[in-house]
Amino acid sequence: MPGPRPPDYLAAGHTIGSWLLTLDHKRIGLLYLFAITFFFAIAAFAAALMRIELLTPAGDLVTSETYNRLFTLHGVTMVWFFLIPSIPATLGNFVIPLMIGARDVAFPRLNLASWYIFMLGGLFTLYAIVMGGVDTGWTFYTPYSSTYSNSHVMAMAAGVFIAGFSSIATGLNFIVTIHKLRAPGLTWGRLPLFLWSMYSTSIILVLATPVLAITLLLIVLERCFGVGIFDPKLGGDPLLFQHLFWFYSHPAVYIMILPGMGVVSEIIAAFARKPVFGYEVVAASSMAIGVLGFLVWGHHMFVSSQSVYAGVVFSLLSFLVAVPSAIKVFSWTATLHRGHISLETPMLYALGFIGLFTVGGVTGVMLATLAIDVHVTDTYFVVAHFHYIMVGGAVMAFMGGIHYWWPKICGRMYPEWPARIAALTIFLGFNLTFFPQFVLGYMGMPRRYHVYPPEFQALNVLSTAGASILGIGYLMPLVYLTWSFFRGRRAGPNPWGATGLEWRTDSPAPEHNFAETPIVTTGPYHYPVQP
Amino acid sequence: MKAPHLTARVCFANYAALMVLLALTALAARAPLGAWKAPVSLGIAAAKMALVFIFFMQLRYQRGLVRVFALAGFFWLGIVLTLMFADYLTRGWLP
Amino acid sequence: MSNTLTHPAASPYSDREQHAVANHLGMWTFIATEILFFGGLFASYSLYRWAYPAAFVTGSKHLEFWIGTLNTGVLLTSSLFMALADLAVRAGRRGALRWSLLATWLLGALFLGLKFYEYHLAAKEGHVPGAHFRLEVPQAPQVELFMFLYFAMTGLHAAHMIIGLGAIAWLLWLNHRRRLGADHDAPVSMVALYWHFVDCVWIFLYPLLYLVR
Repeated sequence: MPGPRPPDYLAAGHTIGSWLLTLDHKRIGLLYLFAITFFFAIAAFAAALMRIELLTPAGDLVTSETYNRLFTLHGVTMVWFFLIPSIPATLGNFVIPLMIGARDVAFPRLNLASWYIFMLGGLFTLYAIVMGGVDTGWTFYTPYSSTYSNSHVMAMAAGVFIAGFSSIATGLNFIVTIHKLRAPGLTWGRLPLFLWSMYSTSIILVLATPVLAITLLLIVLERCFGVGIFDPKLGGDPLLFQHLFWFYSHPAVYIMILPGMGVVSEIIAAFARKPVFGYEVVAASSMAIGVLGFLVWGHHMFVSSQSVYAGVVFSLLSFLVAVPSAIKVFSWTATLHRGHISLETPMLYALGFIGLFTVGGVTGVMLATLAIDVHVTDTYFVVAHFHYIMVGGAVMAFMGGIHYWWPKICGRMYPEWPARIAALTIFLGFNLTFFPQFVLGYMGMPRRYHVYPPEFQALNVLSTAGASILGIGYLMPLVYLTWSFFRGRRAGPNPWGATGLEWRTDSPAPEHNFAETPIVTTGPYHYPVQP
Repeated sequence: MKAPHLTARVCFANYAALMVLLALTALAARAPLGAWKAPVSLGIAAAKMALVFIFFMQLRYQRGLVRVFALAGFFWLGIVLTLMFADYLTRGWLP
Repeated sequence: MSNTLTHPAASPYSDREQHAVANHLGMWTFIATEILFFGGLFASYSLYRWAYPAAFVTGSKHLEFWIGTLNTGVLLTSSLFMALADLAVRAGRRGALRWSLLATWLLGALFLGLKFYEYHLAAKEGHVPGAHFRLEVPQAPQVELFMFLYFAMTGLHAAHMIIGLGAIAWLLWLNHRRRLGADHDAPVSMVALYWHFVDCVWIFLYPLLYLVR
């Protein structure tokens, strides 16, 4: 007869101190969730202003100066203060120890420290924004950022630099956790695919972020000294900045998408009630994406005056990195085939991911083609491409994951019909926002401009209309998820009937995760699940 | 039977080797080595670093996984250097 | 409740060996990040040395060869004492731990003292890049580029040394409070790895900056 039910992690302390000084990975995951939601709102507000400006061809809402600062704010905040931490620091922190059958991550104090470091970085960035912002674009290209810009580059660079250490700490923690804290019987060959994705992501976090850090530091030094290594006056090369910046920033996009792919693998298996097709190949693909992602950065520099020969090499490598991603799409499709599919909200998001990620990925291969890129570089074609991946892909996967693990997070179910409606609203709004941008870019509308020729107006109006719908779609979960946290229907340990160690413990998760260390005796997707 | 581990003797021997290498590298800077100067001084530095890694940082006594982690950073640095120079060497950038 | 104030975290480890290996993996991962952090500077250095070999020779000749060489010896010696500290803590010898940590700290401080003296000399002679640079040599702009790299690389290294000195002071305090010993040696082992690595960075900086001929 089991003993009294251990307290769940939410009941174990109600003071502010119990949250701000927690060492519990689940609470830290929620701290991150609040933080990134806040930053998302700021970045989304900037996007709203941009889209409103773009309703008309003339620059009538804001000046070009202000517009530059808006898209910089949007990019910096979305990339570093929403997307990069989104799945890893919220769902990763919450789920990974549960999924491997551990009591916590390898270094719980480092985990809490990473949140404070993140918030410190956010503070510097907010300061820069409040003081007027930065107009260099999120890419901080030299020599504008290092020499000529009169905006608060140093403060914003400092904010991102600091937040980078949070990324490194998170990645380090996950790598050691996955290596050393797996439950007995949980061999690498039995690891759920979310963990393979997170492991690969963590390698990127740890090896790419430091290069960003030194690059930002060099910009700050150049602004301090008045001269620096990117300065042509000293014989420096501004392109060196781009090499170092993109060495991080290309792998960074895999930091943003790999966790999403992991979430999608879990959801597809659970809602098709089938093992993921080609488990080993999908796991290997996650690792391949992580490694190959480091070899392609020059495709951001095709027209920068980089060597054409290097361009050819980067182009070929970029085609290569698309292969493991495509393998995953085939694998998910094959998993769905002849599965017992049910269309709850997480599945809707996962299906949306597969379609939208495919569009984004295919247009990525187009951009990797040198000849095409020369025409569409720095146009809205590129903007549409990366939003298909990052919003149509990563954010949809994030939403899917939040809904999937929601019962484990708060012990209650979200309301299914409002959630489905929100998912469909987001899907429709997203496509209406960004598909016209492919056409606009192909027709020649450049990015980062707040004025455009009148013939582009119709598509811009469609895009802005879509953005309004998308905004409503994002507001809905904010409302019903908050409501369901306190008033939703109570959930049992495994409301989805899914496999995975996280579903073998109570909802909400107990404070120390498991009453006894679970022992794993089967592979990861052992459907059908015995009740 | 205790697993092999670092001892004071090994520490001092390692230190002596490091100081010898330091003297060598300082001398080599003044020797007429021509084009070999850079490879020699960097080679000696690499040797010193290897000694510190293997003995002071005790990689000799650690399991394989730890050694892989230790070397991974250098491998990735190699990627930066290789592909970066692939651009500069084929660009005709030098004035 | 997992609150640092009232309860320690439920340790996720089942035994000490597992915890020790985890600590080592974690520290080496951190060192890998440092290799890439400094690596960006090394990559930049490599590019410009390849592009401007004569200017780099000129720049290197204007550095204080003997201070650089002496400092290299100082750091190597500090690593010796740090390694001895690691042995001392694992043997539970608190006295030996104290003086070897103290020796490490003093040598590290000596390094920084010499370094800042070197910076002072460089400033006096107009080697600092920027508005006050006044070296009248052929290819002066590229020599200024070399000097920028010199200050950036040694400055970043010095910052790491300062953090290292703070960490060693923390160890001395822990030892004073009898919180280090054969069964609680992780802080010393981890700080030692950090310290040795920072030493390794200097091992490379020395020939790259002082020995370009």
